[in-house]
Amino acid sequence: MSNDNQNGTSTLQLVVAWGFVGIPLIWGVLQTLSNAMKLFQ
Amino acid sequence: MSFLDRERTVAKPGFSRWMVPPAALCMHLCIGQAYAFSVFNLPMSKLIGISKSAPDDWKLTELGWIFSIAIVFLGLSAAVFGRWVEEGGPRKAMFTAGLCWTVGFLLSAVGVYAHQLWLIYLGYGVLGGIGLGIGYISPVSTLIKWFPDRPGMATGMAIMGFGGGAFIASPLSVWLMARFSTPTHIGVAETFIALGVIYLCFTWIGAAIVRVPAPGWTPAGYTAPAESQKLITRNDVFVYDALKTPQFWLIWWVLCLNVTAGIGVLGQASAMSQEMFPGKVTPVAAAGFVGLISLFNMLGRFFWASTSDLIGRKNTYFCFFAIGTVLYVLVPHTGSIGSVALFVLCFVVIISMYGGGFSTVPAYLRDMFGTRYVGAIHGMLLTAWSAAGIFGPVLVNYIRQYQIDHGVPKAQGYNITMYIMAGLLVVGFICNACVKAVHDRHHMKANDTRGLAATVRT
Repeated sequence: MSNDNQNGTSTLQLVVAWGFVGIPLIWGVLQTLSNAMKLFQ
Repeated sequence: MSFLDRERTVAKPGFSRWMVPPAALCMHLCIGQAYAFSVFNLPMSKLIGISKSAPDDWKLTELGWIFSIAIVFLGLSAAVFGRWVEEGGPRKAMFTAGLCWTVGFLLSAVGVYAHQLWLIYLGYGVLGGIGLGIGYISPVSTLIKWFPDRPGMATGMAIMGFGGGAFIASPLSVWLMARFSTPTHIGVAETFIALGVIYLCFTWIGAAIVRVPAPGWTPAGYTAPAESQKLITRNDVFVYDALKTPQFWLIWWVLCLNVTAGIGVLGQASAMSQEMFPGKVTPVAAAGFVGLISLFNMLGRFFWASTSDLIGRKNTYFCFFAIGTVLYVLVPHTGSIGSVALFVLCFVVIISMYGGGFSTVPAYLRDMFGTRYVGAIHGMLLTAWSAAGIFGPVLVNYIRQYQIDHGVPKAQGYNITMYIMAGLLVVGFICNACVKAVHDRHHMKANDTRGLAATVRT
């Protein structure tokens, strides 16, 4: 992907796009992990 | 020319291919809600009685059909609309899928308000199921074209989103229902409306972001192999010709058997853990176990699909079937020695391979049939998922019941099922071993005019 990012797509766009899907996913995973921990209590 | 047309989605120079996985995740994280639909079952069984089910309330058995109908229509729509998705482009497909998915929710909300179950079957089951099918396959071939060097990893990212969608939908739905509920009303309909609107925004943003690579584009530094490798073709097979090859049906069985072995366990994980370890695994701990295997279902999708780029698709499925067989045989012994830790370890690995089976198969199809119609062929292959969705739970539930009816203690009621699952995986191993390269006569020729428009475009 070395020269994919020269003109059209900025780093900010990439961060926003990945944050848009990544933040809800991480929130959901953390919720699930906190429930899963009950298995070991 | 419409904004949705494939021509309008061709990437300009400088577009980063790393924008495409988030676009695909916008779609898959939304439709992955399907795995969390069960959070609505109990509230929907008390819409009239509120605190407990009234005689006119819907039964859980009736509500169970909503998810089943959706999964059947997922498989059917992916098979029927696969070619349209491939030739119409990912933006049109994602836009349509998002619309179907949302209208399905809205129609279901009307069904809840009017207390008409058939409207929910039609809304979430049929319309939502069509949205699921189109949405599931829509970004797959686009990702494969953007990542010819790592197709497994690319599709693994998107299909991981399908597994992860439930993690968002489950707590979000519970929170929304709590917000909309009053002492005299359960807020299921309002939650459906809210989810429908949220999912429409997400899927349409994904549709706006997605791009297809320009004709002839390759990643910097990547050189396609000059000749076909043993199990990676450089040719294309027309979508309906793929059905005439033994490879398609062998991979259909590979997927079906791998999914059958996992899906029944996934649905019964909570009950199974409590029955195999009575007194040791409480209902709260069992819920934690379900969360844990769901997490490994998601992570396995990325891990195994990425691994397949390194060791090959066929070898990856050999791993699933060989390791899975050993683990299924081990499970009854974990019960007899009372080792919860070993039981959990067995199942998290099994479920990671269940997820891995879904995410590795698009790249397997691409290796066998080329990139041109891989999305459509993948769509037809998803009928294996629908079939497994029937076989898996039936095998687990009915055999367990048969065992218990014949005097087997509950703690041992799953043993025979585990051995049958191991047997299914042995059959899957054999099917996978039989997969060879597709014969030349099935390859599209240079003068083949079928699907010409799509050929010219990408």
